[in-house]
Amino acid sequence: MASNINNWLNEHGDYLYRFALARLRDPHLAEDAVQETMLAAIKGNSFGGESSARTWLTGILKHKIIDLQRKQIREQPVSDLVDLDNSDSTMDDFFDQTGHWIDKPQTLNMPDNNLEQKQFLAVLDECMSRLPKKLKAIFLLRDVHELENENICKELDITATNAWVMLYRARMGLRKCLELNWI
Amino acid sequence: MLTCKQASQLISQSLDHPLSWSQKVMLRLHLLMCIPCNQFKQQLKLLRVALQRIRNATENDQNIQLPPDVKDRIMRTIESDQQ
Repeated sequence: MASNINNWLNEHGDYLYRFALARLRDPHLAEDAVQETMLAAIKGNSFGGESSARTWLTGILKHKIIDLQRKQIREQPVSDLVDLDNSDSTMDDFFDQTGHWIDKPQTLNMPDNNLEQKQFLAVLDECMSRLPKKLKAIFLLRDVHELENENICKELDITATNAWVMLYRARMGLRKCLELNWI
Repeated sequence: MLTCKQASQLISQSLDHPLSWSQKVMLRLHLLMCIPCNQFKQQLKLLRVALQRIRNATENDQNIQLPPDVKDRIMRTIESDQQ
């Protein structure tokens, strides 16, 4: 079995790592995801050869990505959870008391030019890394891993309200960060 | 009438699940006369597109490889796990 893993790592390791990194945006988490995938692969031993090994391993990896993000969210202090109920107070930066924008949203455009687009995406990556851990985890699951909203609630064991408040905050923060650092 | 704050919340929610009929109507009315909220909607759209690009860019970047020491670590972990 160990030689199987060796082959899988050599043939698909880089691919799996890129797949994980693309969705977790964190090298250490991505390494963990690949390791967990390999451990599950060798234990499950359910590869029947119907699909390619890569497809099979990617299927396992998709679940491991969710597991790792769930851990990120669970490891956060309880105070963070309480704070969620108080969502209005943290949105004061964006709206005045009558609910009007304090700073009106600016026009954001994706550059056509390749190099500039790369720079734009680098700014976006940096902005994502500045999100609070928990927000980042749920946001990546929803908007990058593209897990359905229903499944987000189920997998993370949170209410629909908690989910939308967190996603709203993450998106609010990101588009503001892009305004400040790109325009 | 929706405030901009409420409208922005609905715009974000509409990315995750269908809005109710009345929410849709209220949001549409608000967007008819609110330029900043239209901008916000555009920003979220752009964010979506940018996130897909950034994901694909990482996935297709052949320069990104699983570091050899991580490969070794995984092999060792599995071997010790098997004993």
